[in-house]
Amino acid sequence: MARAATTTDAFNAVAEPRRRQILDVLSGGERPVNDLIALLGLAQPLVSKHLRVLREVGLVDVRDQGRQRMYSVNGGPLEPIHEWVKNDEQSWSRRFDRLDVVLDELKEMERGDDE
Amino acid sequence: MTNSKRAVVTLPTDTQIQITRIFDAPRHLVFQAWTTPELIKRWWAGDRGEVTSADVDLQVGGRWRYVMTANGGFEVAFNGEYREVVPNERIVSTEIFEPVPDVEAVVTNTFTEENGRTTLTILVRHPSRESRDGHINSGMEEGMNEAMDHLERVAASLA
Repeated sequence: MARAATTTDAFNAVAEPRRRQILDVLSGGERPVNDLIALLGLAQPLVSKHLRVLREVGLVDVRDQGRQRMYSVNGGPLEPIHEWVKNDEQSWSRRFDRLDVVLDELKEMERGDDE
Repeated sequence: MTNSKRAVVTLPTDTQIQITRIFDAPRHLVFQAWTTPELIKRWWAGDRGEVTSADVDLQVGGRWRYVMTANGGFEVAFNGEYREVVPNERIVSTEIFEPVPDVEAVVTNTFTEENGRTTLTILVRHPSRESRDGHINSGMEEGMNEAMDHLERVAASLA
């Protein structure tokens, strides 16, 4: 199965662990690219490439500050992913809610057996 | 109470999915409901359909198979083999979503009891991230993307 291009949307962009690391670092606040290079221990071209992907899907914003380019996280594109995970929790919860009903009956039967 | 019963889904590593839930019942009953075909049929599909068949041969080397008719009308089936069975405590089994037969996950269910309540932990391990993602993208693990515990943290930090 062919994988979608990394720049299609936020889901594909964050499938790459390094890009998640970059987001983790940036979630602590705006940073220049040199900080990311130092903190992640990656070569500059690689960091730049990941930043470009993250910018294309709108997960990272950039602004010029003097001679530096400052990068920051934009959480907006993460919301559908957040929703998706929450939906999964809700779906497991519905399954478990039904199990609760079964368990209540089993408890009831066990109590009946004791009498 | 309601809140403590919430199912918590996390992705501990790139190849794993973990689900945790607390039940207000002793673990021998949770284990019974988890492994008895007639009881499995009553809860396993959640709101997504109806379990039409549940076969359980609960012993090491024994096999299981669940068939569900989804609300859309189509039928889906899962099967696997039990690798470890410790009554009321632990079940390790393989799991295959039949439309994707080459992706075999290993599922560890752990039942622990405290003060009459049971914590169930389900750890689903895939051979690779690609296979986990394929499983997820099949729609049967619903919705979880290859992303998420990291991003949940990031999203939470932005809230």
